[in-house]
Amino acid sequence: MTTPSKGAVVLTEGDSRPGPSHGPRAKDARRASAAWTWLGVLPFFLFAVLFLLLPTAYLMIGAFQDAQGHFTLVNFRDLLQETVLEAYWISFKVSAASAAGGAALGLLLAWAAVMGRLPGWIRPTLMTFSGVASNFAGVPLAFAFICTLGRIGLVTVLLKKYLDINLYSTGFSILSFSGLTLTYLYFQIPLMVLIVTPALDGLKREWREACDCLGGTAYHYWRYVALPVLWPSVLGATLLLFANAFGAVATAYALTGSSLNIVPIVLYAQIRGDVLHNQNLGYALALGMVLVTGLSNGGYIWLRSRAERGRR
Amino acid sequence: MSTAAVHKARAQTRAGAWIAMIVGALYFLLPLIATVEFSMRMRRGTYSFDAYRIVLADPRFQASFGYSILMGVCAIVVGVLLVVPTAYWVELKLPKLRPVIEFITLLPLVIPAIVIVFGYLRIYNSSSILPLTSSERATDVLLVFGYVTLCLPYMYRSVDSALRAVDVRSLTEAAECLGAGWPTILFRVIFPNVRSGILSGAFLTFAVVIGEFTIASLLDRPAFGPYLQLIGANRAYEPSALAIIAFVITWASMGLIQVFGSGRAVARK
Repeated sequence: MTTPSKGAVVLTEGDSRPGPSHGPRAKDARRASAAWTWLGVLPFFLFAVLFLLLPTAYLMIGAFQDAQGHFTLVNFRDLLQETVLEAYWISFKVSAASAAGGAALGLLLAWAAVMGRLPGWIRPTLMTFSGVASNFAGVPLAFAFICTLGRIGLVTVLLKKYLDINLYSTGFSILSFSGLTLTYLYFQIPLMVLIVTPALDGLKREWREACDCLGGTAYHYWRYVALPVLWPSVLGATLLLFANAFGAVATAYALTGSSLNIVPIVLYAQIRGDVLHNQNLGYALALGMVLVTGLSNGGYIWLRSRAERGRR
Repeated sequence: MSTAAVHKARAQTRAGAWIAMIVGALYFLLPLIATVEFSMRMRRGTYSFDAYRIVLADPRFQASFGYSILMGVCAIVVGVLLVVPTAYWVELKLPKLRPVIEFITLLPLVIPAIVIVFGYLRIYNSSSILPLTSSERATDVLLVFGYVTLCLPYMYRSVDSALRAVDVRSLTEAAECLGAGWPTILFRVIFPNVRSGILSGAFLTFAVVIGEFTIASLLDRPAFGPYLQLIGANRAYEPSALAIIAFVITWASMGLIQVFGSGRAVARK
């Protein structure tokens, strides 16, 4: 920063009173105060470098090195082995399915709360609950779903008893792709509700009325008015949900142990016991994860700024 | 469109909204009901709170729960001391830096926690310059810093929005005119004014930290998250009781944010 702000000038001018003839000294004082100004954010940057940037950078660089520290791209070629590729593919499927499902259902719930002409208490209740449920992830969530849809879970038992449906003979398992997706939806839907409600609030009532006056139906309204306005927000939020699911470890680990090979679980096993038998391959695996979550978050930020521009 | 048709369309909208809400409520409430029901099935043929009694009496539960609360409180203190002065300073003197700081505070949402802790284990191992994983106390410090990093997005956002709602510059100048030094300005002027932001950041941090599994497990510390996982893998009824306890804690943290947030809004009116 070249020009010190008002407060700093007031403080420094006191000692360098004798005016323009002491130009260099004033400049020195100003430079000193600028240094002091920067000192105020030093702890934050020190912390960010030590506990966020450096650890990540270390892995990112390690991904391009062999065990002796020489530059190599071999790690990325080695990533193309069957277990790793399969892990990325299952991770991608679970994240995409839970993001798409979470976005669609979250949008539906938010729509019902904002525009469904429901009693007034519904909306604040939904928002509060979403705040809780979007944070209710990890090990306890896995337990809750085992109690619900596990082999002796409540829903499984009730379905068998009253509707004579044996859930587990249909090939469903809480430890599988569909079970994991269903579990992830529990924090994905509320997150979508929280993100998309402000966007729905941005839809003006007059647009709907104008559409009605022109003889448009609900279909016309959504097809030609609401969705064209909403799509950047909705797509952006979907990308955010995708990244959210891709990085999650605890829920999947508590639910399936290591029976379902998704990337975070492979990485977890690699950190614990070097299951890939190559440290630097682990770094490459981590780099892949950061790339995926980074790209989808980048997409979210870009689409959100687009949506904000459109609203102006 | 005729009025009758409009009325019909509105009725349809309302019916559709009700259906969406009811199905949604079923999906969200069923797992909770099932968990409560399951946690009370421990004694054969009758509902009881045996699972809760066993869990609450388990010394490992008490130890890990207490440990996680302590780590959470430390993470909140460190986080507040790191974020509030920085956000204040940026608002007052370095507004150009705001995008940079915002970007950094959002990074923990982009970089998965497992990647961050992987980096910790490589950088701070016992043969490095800063061997934070060499002793238990040092690893505790690293765990607290990890939690601060994890919660940086929540803490920064809530403090920053509270800070933007007050006129920082006038407050600072007024305090300076009255002869206040920097510590006084920071702790007796700025902190009380962003109290609501600090509190909501603190409760969010607490809700995240209390059941956190990945970082604690990989740093090999006896926190509540790894304990939950261990019990989940070995017991039948206790895990559901623990899940309910964890849910109540999350619910309480979020409820307290609402209480303090709205209390603040009322006070300002």
